[in-house]
Amino acid sequence: MNAIETIEKNINPKIHPDLRTGSTVRVHVKVRESVLKEEQKAKTAKAKKDKDQERERIQIFEGLVVGIRGTGAKRSITVRKVSFGEGVERIFPLSTPSVDKIEVLKRHHVRRAKLYFVRDLKGKALRLKELRDKPAKAKSKAEAAS
Amino acid sequence: MPVQGIIAKKVGMTQVYGKDGRAIPATVLTAGPCVVVERKTTAKHGYSAVQVGFVEDKRVKHTTKPMQGHFKKAGIPPTRVTREFRVPEAEAINPGDKVNVSLFGPGDKVSITGTSKGKGFAGVVKRHHFAGGDGTHGSMFHRAPGGIGASAFPSRVIKGLRAAGHMGDETVTTRNIQVVEIDAENNLLVVKGAVPGSISSYVVVHKAGTRRAGK
Repeated sequence: MNAIETIEKNINPKIHPDLRTGSTVRVHVKVRESVLKEEQKAKTAKAKKDKDQERERIQIFEGLVVGIRGTGAKRSITVRKVSFGEGVERIFPLSTPSVDKIEVLKRHHVRRAKLYFVRDLKGKALRLKELRDKPAKAKSKAEAAS
Repeated sequence: MPVQGIIAKKVGMTQVYGKDGRAIPATVLTAGPCVVVERKTTAKHGYSAVQVGFVEDKRVKHTTKPMQGHFKKAGIPPTRVTREFRVPEAEAINPGDKVNVSLFGPGDKVSITGTSKGKGFAGVVKRHHFAGGDGTHGSMFHRAPGGIGASAFPSRVIKGLRAAGHMGDETVTTRNIQVVEIDAENNLLVVKGAVPGSISSYVVVHKAGTRRAGK
């Protein structure tokens, strides 16, 4: 084991066997909400106490995995969705603690490692063929991981 | 106060993650273990310091005769690199004493000195951040330095004018680098951001502000 692996061994990427380019995923992201100013003033004493534990909630980003890059602790995915007619892409490092879990909803038949061509497509042209034959083994592993 | 610095070797870069989920770019260094080779004193050497060696395999065969004698005097096996660290005169440190990463902790600020990567003969745009000219639109002035002085007076180029020349491969110190974590068991030091030099090059890590201590 080299030194970098030694450092990275405590970082566990959320690897999922079905997490491939062309998968549709739901990424559960932890979001910190800061308390409103007036609210904070009302309970200054308490706010100070709670400063370290601001309200945290889970936000879901659902979309198509258009690319996966990196290895080990540096692995990340790019997820694309179309929100109110506007294409949105977010990059999630698979090891960051702010990603709570990743659910794979569907897999699609794709012939590219990076699906950047979907940026130019919309509507009917955007349809991808779904893959349905999924071994059960993968699923149990996924549950263990999450 | 023991020795405030350590010799390290660059391993490479990776990412670690903070509690808030942010990725922190990190450089991994093999830091030490080091051993004190010689104590320099004001009385004998004119200044107070310790000479420290970085413990790595180095066969006696590859050590010069004078250095063999030097290590023999300290009673320790030869090391590949030795560096000096300033320490106060009163400090009781003797040859054979160990120095390891535990002297740092997460959050500490350090200065790291290394030899930067050589860039070869570089032009003024790369070496001195000159702006250069337009690439197109009939500019006819691309990456040249431009005027380098006046004419009849002074009839020479002022000394120290920034010009093209060799860049890199020089001693560089980056100050206030934050320590991200240490692994005392494996002698690893993880710091935030980049560190001068190439992978496998040796660097000297000082606690911030101690580089000139005792001078």
